[in-house]
Amino acid sequence: MIVPTDWVLTLSAVLFAIGVVGVLVRRNVIVIFMAIELMLNAVNLSFVALARSRGAVDGQVVVFFVMTVAAAEAAVGLAIIIASFRNRATVNADELALLRG
Amino acid sequence: MGAALFLLLAVLTVVAALTVVLHPNPVKSAMALVVTLFLLAVVFVLLEAHMIAALQIIVYAGAIMVLFLFVIMLLNLQSDEPELGRGHGVQRVLAWSGGVLLALELAVVARGVPAAKVGATPAGYGGAVAVAKSLYTDFLLPFELTSILLLVAVVGAVVLAQRQRRPDVS
Repeated sequence: MIVPTDWVLTLSAVLFAIGVVGVLVRRNVIVIFMAIELMLNAVNLSFVALARSRGAVDGQVVVFFVMTVAAAEAAVGLAIIIASFRNRATVNADELALLRG
Repeated sequence: MGAALFLLLAVLTVVAALTVVLHPNPVKSAMALVVTLFLLAVVFVLLEAHMIAALQIIVYAGAIMVLFLFVIMLLNLQSDEPELGRGHGVQRVLAWSGGVLLALELAVVARGVPAAKVGATPAGYGGAVAVAKSLYTDFLLPFELTSILLLVAVVGAVVLAQRQRRPDVS
């Protein structure tokens, strides 16, 4: 009943790459944010797989911390999106180009 | 049995993740992300991380995704993203080829990982007791620092999202 570790790590790699592509191709800031969550989950998956492979729970504790950071990041990030939407009335990343020289 | 189940879950997870990235409607993207998180929770159960699987559903699929949906609702973004199929052709191709390259690279690295050292785990592995014991002994300091992080995040979110006070309004 044990799943090979490298299979799980391959799934994690594919999910991470999908998240990277999502950040690169989407314009909607909220969808970009969801793609970041996808990348965090891919890393969580590899932590869990390696914890199982080593037979230790340390990796699972790290996943716990990643979830905490993801929750904090989601709260602050969505607040930033709301604040920028209030000022610019857009969530299109192409139009939020204030830093462009 | 476990391997076949994992392959089925892997295919479903990748399809759901692609839906998150490719669907033009942000609400449906969010729902696809919920599906992805649930499927990952099942994979966690397969890997005997029961506590983490429960947290994944409660914290991620429950709390964080509700926050996302609230913000989408608040900003009234039901309309589809009109820019999704056009423009930036070169960048789009580069992004996709870069993503495929990254997936292949990481998959090659995963090939080199040695097989599981531990065939059978001790009783209670991945349960609340085992994780909590590690969390409250070896990882006590990071655990306490996490509370400060969450406090700062809550204060920061409130400060950022509140309306600007206008000094001219009496």
